[in-house]
Amino acid sequence: MLKVNDINVYYGNIHALKGVSLEIHQGEIVTLIGANGAGKSTLLKTLSGLLKPKSGEILFENEHLAGKVPQLIVKKGISHVPEGRRVFANMSVEENLELGAYLRKDKQGIREDFEKVYQLFPRLYERRKQLSGTLSGGEQQMLAMGRALMARPRLLLLDEPSMGLAPLLVKTIFQIIEEINKTGTTILLVEQNANMALSIADRAYVIETGNIVASGRASDLGQSDQIRKAYLGGH
Amino acid sequence: MEQLIQQLVNGVSLGSIYALIALGYTMVYGIVKLINFAHGDVFMVGAFIGFYSITVLDLGFLPSLLLAMTTCAIFGVLIERIAYKPLRNATRIAALITAIGVSLFIEYGMIYVRGAQPEAYPNNVVSIKSFEVFGIKISGQSLLILAVSIVLMILLQFIVHKTKIGKAMRAVSHDMDAAKLMGINVNNTISATFAIGSALAGAAGVVFGMYYTKIDPLMGIIPGLKAFVAAVLGGIGIIPGAMVGGLVLGVIESLVSAAGFSLWRDGVAFVVLILILIFRPSGLFGKNVKEKV
Repeated sequence: MLKVNDINVYYGNIHALKGVSLEIHQGEIVTLIGANGAGKSTLLKTLSGLLKPKSGEILFENEHLAGKVPQLIVKKGISHVPEGRRVFANMSVEENLELGAYLRKDKQGIREDFEKVYQLFPRLYERRKQLSGTLSGGEQQMLAMGRALMARPRLLLLDEPSMGLAPLLVKTIFQIIEEINKTGTTILLVEQNANMALSIADRAYVIETGNIVASGRASDLGQSDQIRKAYLGGH
Repeated sequence: MEQLIQQLVNGVSLGSIYALIALGYTMVYGIVKLINFAHGDVFMVGAFIGFYSITVLDLGFLPSLLLAMTTCAIFGVLIERIAYKPLRNATRIAALITAIGVSLFIEYGMIYVRGAQPEAYPNNVVSIKSFEVFGIKISGQSLLILAVSIVLMILLQFIVHKTKIGKAMRAVSHDMDAAKLMGINVNNTISATFAIGSALAGAAGVVFGMYYTKIDPLMGIIPGLKAFVAAVLGGIGIIPGAMVGGLVLGVIESLVSAAGFSLWRDGVAFVVLILILIFRPSGLFGKNVKEKV
């Protein structure tokens, strides 16, 4: 479904992604784990068009997307839930969701997706008229995910959905991620909480200072001593 | 007492002109964080377009108003595309200096094209009689200004809150990258903001011309600065703030004139600016927003 070939991304002089390649198949949950500053968010931002790679290619269903504008990428079916949720705090929950469907014209379909999102996140329905800035962190995360789903993506990019949330809430969020995946949405999940991420993912990539250093089935990586030491706090 | 109310009425008319201009300042600031100092000159251009369409094209008030608004909208978009867009990722001071440059360019470009001589707005375009309520004379012109301003402000509120482009504008002004991730075309949204703000300034130019009758190529400077003060007073970036800020400033000015200090009326606006910057820098409607982690 998505194929990234040897992309290089720079922030000014900083070489943030050094020839990263990865592949995501239809229906998978793939996780990208790594320490702070390893380049996880940079990769997602490049996939969604916020950053332009200097070289390399991004193929989404055999279409070249590297360097394209976010608008086009959303239209093609990739939605990005950014780190720190980035909800529009000055707008209501409902308006945030409406903006998620910004590029869509099918009113009937949008209405159905409102229903679906509210079913997935009943809390959002209760608070639909509330300004999203007044929501709790967990609710804002739900809103950010719901907003991305409103674009009816085929590939959902999630950046640190567990950040700053209470453990119980993290569990809920991960359950919802699995649920979203079951309805046919492919997921690329970036996480620092590697344990949780590996527990729901099919496959995983490990990124370190801009390089992919390991990849494989999530269950295998979870067993690897090296990975356990570096990312899982294991012994 | 009657005198006082009379001055209040004048103040509200004047203030609604400031409010119309201030809206453009505040909307543009809200979305690109730029004080568009050329905005007062768009107001001037609007006044001239209104003048020529009344006198040369022989149009009535409403068509002239619409023509001035449309032309100013296009003009505002051109200014943004040519002068500000290339600087979107530059430092804010670079953009600010450019805005001052654009302002001077428009002022002296206008003088180059048509000369510096002032023009007198024809005063027979709209015939609304003045009338008296409880001994207070209310001129037809000030009612007209008020009506135009109110209609435009309601329209603006409708656009910003109910339409797709308005929601896109609010999204972009809150978080440009997140807006991009929704598939919002940020460039078009910024252009729309400039178009709407400039159209309001154009309308303000026409009603200003009808109220004060005299227009000239440098007429935009002082009202532009005062509208900027009004925008800061209400809280820059906040639309209702600009409306209220404009009205408050207009009323303060008229009261100062009424108290017999009419020579001080321009100065008072800037005293207001200094006071607000000292005591409430985020403006009447502004909040000190803290980031939530």
